[in-house]
Amino acid sequence: MSVSDDDVRRIAKLARLRLTDDEVRLYGGQLTKILDAMTELSALDTSSVAPMTSVLGAVNVMREDVPRPFEDREALLANAPDRDGPFFKVRKVRA
Amino acid sequence: MSLLTALSASRLAEAVRKGEVTAEAAAQAYFDRIERLEPTIKAFLAVTKETALDQARLLDKKRKDGGKLGVLAGVPVALKDNIQVKGVETTCGSKILKGHIAAYDATVIRRLKESDAVIVGKTNPDEFAMGSSTENSAFQNTTNPWDPACVPGGSSSGSAAATAARLCAFSLGSDTGGSIRQPAAFCGVVGLKPTYGLVSRYGLVAFASSLDQIGPLTRTVEDSALALSVIGGHDPLDSTSAVNAPQATVPIPRDLKGLRIGLPREYFIDGLDQEVEKSVRSAVEVFKSLGATVVEVSLPHTKYAIASYYIIAPSEASSNLARFDGIRYGFVDRSASTLEEVYEFTRGAGFGPEVKRRIMLGTYALSAGYYDAYYAKAQRVRTLMARDFKEAFKQVDLIAAPTTPTPPFRFGEKTDDPVAMYLSDVFTIPSNMAGNASLSMPCGLSAKGLPLGVQLIADAFQEERMLSAARAFEAARPFPVLPEVLP
Repeated sequence: MSVSDDDVRRIAKLARLRLTDDEVRLYGGQLTKILDAMTELSALDTSSVAPMTSVLGAVNVMREDVPRPFEDREALLANAPDRDGPFFKVRKVRA
Repeated sequence: MSLLTALSASRLAEAVRKGEVTAEAAAQAYFDRIERLEPTIKAFLAVTKETALDQARLLDKKRKDGGKLGVLAGVPVALKDNIQVKGVETTCGSKILKGHIAAYDATVIRRLKESDAVIVGKTNPDEFAMGSSTENSAFQNTTNPWDPACVPGGSSSGSAAATAARLCAFSLGSDTGGSIRQPAAFCGVVGLKPTYGLVSRYGLVAFASSLDQIGPLTRTVEDSALALSVIGGHDPLDSTSAVNAPQATVPIPRDLKGLRIGLPREYFIDGLDQEVEKSVRSAVEVFKSLGATVVEVSLPHTKYAIASYYIIAPSEASSNLARFDGIRYGFVDRSASTLEEVYEFTRGAGFGPEVKRRIMLGTYALSAGYYDAYYAKAQRVRTLMARDFKEAFKQVDLIAAPTTPTPPFRFGEKTDDPVAMYLSDVFTIPSNMAGNASLSMPCGLSAKGLPLGVQLIADAFQEERMLSAARAFEAARPFPVLPEVLP
């Protein structure tokens, strides 16, 4: 199947990636080629096979629902490009 | 004192514990070597010389004051740059994390520190561990210590190169589809991918959470076992950490008599390089001579490994990498004026081409209308691949196979064709898909003098059996030693 420029732009929007026009063309071609290589899967009948949900059949792990303060909050906040005291600062949602 | 860098980690730790050498002298010997060779190898994104020497001096003082040192006493260790070391930059080889300082230690780092290892630096990976050559790092290409025109493999590129070139005593990497074993094969070291859940992923920057495992790259099998004994074990901070995993121990060499080794028919195929095949088959003869019986086995769904992996891993990556949004870490594109633009501009400019390609692929596979055809289908195929191994391990104790289809390739050889690059992982992906244990160790050199690797695959939590067999092999056929050809 062929991935069109519009398909690429739609996926890029979903993924929150700004792409240049050159990138749109490049990824369209490459995704087409990669997805073509994956069509071999459709030849395999898996109608009676359950999808894997846990690689080694892990059991659910429970713990007490008690908060555990992070040891160094300042170190986390220090990585933010913009902050306001103990808050992450974001740009306005609407232009 | 350059002899210190020739010691195995196990031997060095013993020497430091006994007071035969100081931790400071050992660290200094490695930093001298890094200073001399790093301009050629480019294995490191950060070298933590000052804190390492301080830490080494503290260990020496502790010993002098009568304190008992841990099993990795004074052992210089390098970490792939997707593992968090508090106070040190973690970039994952990506521009989007440039300047990001880790706020906490990964569980494996805490365990290394508690064992008195000395952290020498962070090593260069393919960006977000996506790649097989280090050509996807946003910062530099690490070279293969055996031939700087060749790639070191990837994505634990710097870890493999640093270990091979003796710029650290051993290193840690991460393996999602072969990212420890493939560079280990290319650089001529031992690379272990533990069973899924054996080693905590807390503090490992997530790529594909159902496939990622941290493991050691070492110059001897004994060091691999020693490193695993330190980093393995249950961790309440990782909800996928195995609860009743056997305690990893340092194995002793053992008689291979009665050990059954399977050769998967589907791994010895057209397209397998003849030198690789010859070397792996000769390794199998070594196992036979040590008393193992060798039979052919079948893993019939191997041919679907690449296609299903390149749906599952990018899908999980597209979700995991959503957190890099320009708000909380490092890089932000300041030309953005709305929140939406902050996300799109930052991610568009911050991620490199392969990461964007995989985010696009994963987003596509998970998007409405395609989920069943791609993601759900791939997870069904994954069930079949895991069943293949279960069946094979009814007949044999271990599987032996090539690690990679080719010897180390040259820079630029596969960069234009993502699918060709993806094929590097064809023999390593199945163990991630099934979650079982696997390692690569050196089994010879190509005619051009480049390392070749043989892969051992074991059922889940059978690391001890696998490492014991590997150690018997190493004793019978010592690994090639990197010649001192560098400046």
